[in-house]
Amino acid sequence: MRQRKWFVLGLAVLVLTVVALAGCGKKEENGSGGASPSPSSSGSSSASAGGASALEAIKSRGKLVVGVKFDTRLFGLKDPASGKVDGFDIDVAKGLAKELLGDESKLELKEVTSKTRIPMLDNGDIDLIIATMTISEERKKQVDFSDVYFKAGQSLLVKKGSPIQSIADIKKGTKVIGVKGSTSVKNIAEKAPDATVLEFDNYQDAFTALKAGQGQVLTTDNAILYGMASQDSNYEVVGGTFTDEPYGIAAKKGNADLVAFVNDYLKKLQDSGEYDKLYEKWIGETPMKE
Amino acid sequence: MFDFTILTDHFGTYLKGFGNTAYASVLALAGSFLLGTLLAVFRITPVKPLQWIGTAYVEFVRNIPLLLVVYLFFLGLPSIGVVLDPFACGTLGLAVYTAAFIAEAVRAGILSVPKGQMEAARSSGLSYGKAMRLVVLPQAVKIVIPPLNNQFINLIKNSSILSVISGFDLMFYADRIASDTYVVFSTYIFAGLFYLLLTLPLSYATGWLERRLARHD
Repeated sequence: MRQRKWFVLGLAVLVLTVVALAGCGKKEENGSGGASPSPSSSGSSSASAGGASALEAIKSRGKLVVGVKFDTRLFGLKDPASGKVDGFDIDVAKGLAKELLGDESKLELKEVTSKTRIPMLDNGDIDLIIATMTISEERKKQVDFSDVYFKAGQSLLVKKGSPIQSIADIKKGTKVIGVKGSTSVKNIAEKAPDATVLEFDNYQDAFTALKAGQGQVLTTDNAILYGMASQDSNYEVVGGTFTDEPYGIAAKKGNADLVAFVNDYLKKLQDSGEYDKLYEKWIGETPMKE
Repeated sequence: MFDFTILTDHFGTYLKGFGNTAYASVLALAGSFLLGTLLAVFRITPVKPLQWIGTAYVEFVRNIPLLLVVYLFFLGLPSIGVVLDPFACGTLGLAVYTAAFIAEAVRAGILSVPKGQMEAARSSGLSYGKAMRLVVLPQAVKIVIPPLNNQFINLIKNSSILSVISGFDLMFYADRIASDTYVVFSTYIFAGLFYLLLTLPLSYATGWLERRLARHD
């Protein structure tokens, strides 16, 4: 009899401990507020494109070489089974090849990452970068950008039917999920200072946490969010964009004729309504008009 | 070599993380000690079903990665409708995981007390529970302290698992400082120093306790 008493007591202690542990959570007051010096890269080496025009060089070669992402859903993603790369950026590149050389198969795609794309362009490994590249003042010193071909910006991903429909709905106590070290986490801390921001190592972990209900909103570039929404139809992108991150097509500095050609093509794409079709094909909705 | 401005500029951030790490460690330490001791008693008690529970728990939890245990709380519980915040999930996971190791340390300690002690206590009329509590456990405590110290140190270091699930611990804030400043090496070295602030005193305290208890031998 005595023995049993001890076990009951032990169990009671255990249950109490677990309950006590479960009850206590720590809340995070937002924003560590550290200055963030940007890595300075002022010395842009712009080896001039030489005498012959880049456009002529591509024509005489008979092939357009474009640097694209191979790992970005909806924009440039390589299917491991077929080895084919597909996406919005790829379709734009194909259209350009067709326009320039009369055949969309006269196109070579080379994989680039955010780190390698500018060096590869400078080395002449690729003629153009079409790789979810945001037009920025810093980058304009290093490459020549075309007009905007995709209006990206930070947006919100929520479960369908969520009361949160825009950034204004993010109140005190709302848990916003983001990725460690990303600018979108800093942006949200500024635009919705009352929110609790949970940070994870990568987009997959962040999306898993959202699905598990650890937060109500996931925030990053809309381009990535659309990719997530296409993976799981229970989630949708809401509220438009609240930062401006326009994607451009980049050519080596000094290749004015190539840039002009790209801009003409983009304009044609817009005017013919072809652009809206392309947008809908990949993003699943029509582009927002201002 | 070391960028001390990281430490001075972000001292508050480090401190927040340090506080949360210490808090999670103390809670998990208490929880895992209680649960671990209970499991150890389960494993050596003559009652068969309790032995089974103790053995099953230890063998299961001890042999899977800590990250999985934490995910069980962080991603598993929500699937049955229970959502705990990341800090609670991490702390619970730590306690549950470490308890398995503590159970083994405590069990080994109890078993190392010569059998004759229990037999003598029982034959002088003490119940099993009383014999355990008054005769065997006090002798086992001395033996158990060094391995327990090891487990507690591991627990404190393992608490960095909280950073993976956004638990706002020391490592989480170190990640944030590193990504804000691009100064990686110094940032993590200083984080390491804060961990030492927790683990070294613990080592010394148990060392002192060990020597004190040894005096009565």
